Amino acid sequence: MMKLEFIVPITINNTAHPLPDDPRTSLLDFLRRDCGLTGTKKGCDHGQCGACTVIVNGQRINSCLSLAVMHDGDSVTTIEGLGTPDAPSPMQKAFLEHDGFQCGYCTPGQICSATAMLQEIANNMPSDASESLDGPIKPTPEEIRERMSGNLCRCGAYANIIAAISEVAEGDAA
Amino acid sequence: MKQDQPATDCKLDQMSQDLLGKPIARSEGLAKVTGTAPYAAEYPVDNCLEGVLVTAPFARGTVTDIDTQACLAMDGVVAVVEDERMTARAAQGTAGEAPVQQPRTVCYWGQPIALVVAETFEQARDAAKHLVISFDADDLDDVAFDPNAVDPENKESTSQGDLTRAMNEASSNVDARLTTSGHASAAMEPHAAIAEWDGSKLTVYASLQMLNYNIAELADAVDLEEDDVRLISRYVGGGFGSKLGISEETVAAAIAAMQLERPVRVVMSRQQVFQCIMRRSETTQRLRLASGDDGALTGFGHYALVSNLPGEEFAEPVLQSSQFLYAGENRLLEMDVARVHRMTAGSVRAPGEAVGMPALEVAMDMLAEEAGVDPVELRLRNIPENHPVEGTPFSSHKLAECLKQGAEAFNWDSGKRKPRHTKDGEWWIGTGMASAARVHNVSEAKARVTLKADGTAMVETDMTDIGTGTYTILGQVAGEMLGLPRDKVLVELGDTQFPRGSGSGGSWGAASVGSAVFVACQALRKKLAERAGVSEDELSLKDGAISGGTSLVDLLDGKDLAEEGHYEPGDIDEDFVAAGFGAYFAQVRVNRFTGETRVERMTGAFGFGRVLNEKTARSQCIGGMTWSIGVALTEALHFDPVDGHLVNCDLAEYHVPVHRDVPDLDVIMVEERDPAASPIQAKGIGELGMCGGAAAIANAIYNACGARVMDFPMTPDRVLAAMPYD
Repeated sequence: MMKLEFIVPITINNTAHPLPDDPRTSLLDFLRRDCGLTGTKKGCDHGQCGACTVIVNGQRINSCLSLAVMHDGDSVTTIEGLGTPDAPSPMQKAFLEHDGFQCGYCTPGQICSATAMLQEIANNMPSDASESLDGPIKPTPEEIRERMSGNLCRCGAYANIIAAISEVAEGDAA
Repeated sequence: MKQDQPATDCKLDQMSQDLLGKPIARSEGLAKVTGTAPYAAEYPVDNCLEGVLVTAPFARGTVTDIDTQACLAMDGVVAVVEDERMTARAAQGTAGEAPVQQPRTVCYWGQPIALVVAETFEQARDAAKHLVISFDADDLDDVAFDPNAVDPENKESTSQGDLTRAMNEASSNVDARLTTSGHASAAMEPHAAIAEWDGSKLTVYASLQMLNYNIAELADAVDLEEDDVRLISRYVGGGFGSKLGISEETVAAAIAAMQLERPVRVVMSRQQVFQCIMRRSETTQRLRLASGDDGALTGFGHYALVSNLPGEEFAEPVLQSSQFLYAGENRLLEMDVARVHRMTAGSVRAPGEAVGMPALEVAMDMLAEEAGVDPVELRLRNIPENHPVEGTPFSSHKLAECLKQGAEAFNWDSGKRKPRHTKDGEWWIGTGMASAARVHNVSEAKARVTLKADGTAMVETDMTDIGTGTYTILGQVAGEMLGLPRDKVLVELGDTQFPRGSGSGGSWGAASVGSAVFVACQALRKKLAERAGVSEDELSLKDGAISGGTSLVDLLDGKDLAEEGHYEPGDIDEDFVAAGFGAYFAQVRVNRFTGETRVERMTGAFGFGRVLNEKTARSQCIGGMTWSIGVALTEALHFDPVDGHLVNCDLAEYHVPVHRDVPDLDVIMVEERDPAASPIQAKGIGELGMCGGAAAIANAIYNACGARVMDFPMTPDRVLAAMPYD
């Protein structure tokens, strides 16, 4: 297969990576296999579970539904880019404190999703749970639940996840 | 040690570290929230090939030919593995031997039959679609798919007195038929394995719950000695029964690695996980309850029809807690199994009670209405002194406390109940409650505890942590016994090079392996006491030193000290009935036009013996309650009645609860110690949280809108059809 040298590489957690040779490679498989960033999880490979959520140019997406070659020039942040065991992000710390996970497999997706989701609320993007389509939106538990419903957790840690995200949202507001 | 007597004076209560039970955060938590905890498919293995399973597109018959030519000619394809040792079904929990092999004989739609191996995943996935399978499928008219359309086999029967007469003579009675749908575990991590073969030894990274059994299952399947097999499952992305036994990808990866002499990774697609891993059987149940004026049960009947593949011994143990939960002199409990060609039925979180309890507790709600007794009071009046048939005493029994504390926390209204009492716009609002019950299990377990010369401790066992909190609680047990803060205890799990644990399943892990760690620590304490010149009872350890004296480091004098703890369940399980009990209270709103149900709040009160970690135990409870919401409202496997294939084989069509389905959940952990349940006085909590909760929601639906739905899940169409016309 011809290598497309002129393509701008993809930036992942502030590091440039060459795009994969095989155009069939999903962004998810690219991250997990080619970049060794296995923090992003494959739960369904069909955009149904949210375990593969990463942040691309500030927006959360399901990386399994996107081909890596479509992301030339894009900036991708994965769970590894949000924080590390030595320096976890506020959201990662809140999940730990509130026990917002059990098996931990959906967790990186939940955390990436929650991090970008709070920005959506801050930008006043409305959801089904919002009282109106315009005007300021508050990070109420119902607002957070609605916006996080694309991230499944089979262990059933939802109640704790909402507590964790709410704590971070309150910290942001303060 | 073998437990033959209740452990009334537990050493743990005489310790001074004050660590056990405390709500400390998970010790592996930082690795999980930063994405640095490696799951089965994520180990960096050089030169690793990728395998994709090919499955049968028919329900019963024989594969006559596999034409590999087109497939092998494709880019990057290395091999098509078709070997009669490959497994056709997942192994049942605690099987300890290979499940059914010879995959060319097909017994259900979606059964794996071959593995395509290529250099990359993309190549293998594409090539798998080009494998040409010829098969001889049986005439669909001859293949049974519908459990209600075949003559079932009787599986169990318990009879006492005369139920029919009790029903006839009762002042109140209920005779109700309920159904529950099949369920999938749907653990978030798909089944996965990486196998490495060095010519004589097989190492497999896999996603498994019970390495202590899985090693024997895998060794048997691939004709190796256990000593030549090593299994590693340090992190497991959820199990819920689906990873109790080895499944097809693990055996296929192992055989491929041995044949090709290169590492091979096999990860099931989500669809394959649904199609060829354990399902929970659907059930059809009949409840017969007879009582006097006061609601005291005089008759108790519970019948269940479940299904499984021919040749499978497992039958969803629907009647398990019905045997002892409520009184009633005249009893008839019977269960049948229908043989159908759907994928193997096996353990899914809380096998038995997960579906038996919701049906029973809806019937109890109906009896409460019939007898004019408050539902909480009805349960309180029917708690038996002893096992109602065998007369055995209970080891410890907190149902009454759970009912009372739960009712108080929920602010349960014990006044006269009538459906359709509160309306808010287009929504009816109502409340309901149910009891929880789940048998307590324990299993043999071993663990090694080493006091290191530097004054830290290490716990090693091949036990797994599937999200249950094992890493954390084992460190708490050891820290408490050895007087060490939690961060001075390293816990290593999920590797068969360590002593055999109990495995995670049946809610038995914490009590069983926790006891093995406890036993090892007791042995260490004896040695330390000898060195310190005191009796073990006098040995008080805290923060790495004898209280007010010599440090552990000095006592160890430069050398490690190790002991292996071996716990075995003794005869005590014949002397007592041991179970966890609880109560659920739910408030729902039901849309009067669409029949949609939303759970507004839910309280669960549970008694499960000693709490080993308040935080992780509570998480187990909310997890179970969340599953209750799924059982009540959304979860159902749907099979095609014509060709038997699973129609909703993914997470878009099989509806597990999502964030917006789950309100804040209130959990009460009722103070309890159960000396007969385990040496550490703990019982299981992984399953109790979903053993009846669906009925609290069902009963609340009835109280809200008057729809007495008899089929779980209570989807809008069913609620609407049962709602009184107004």
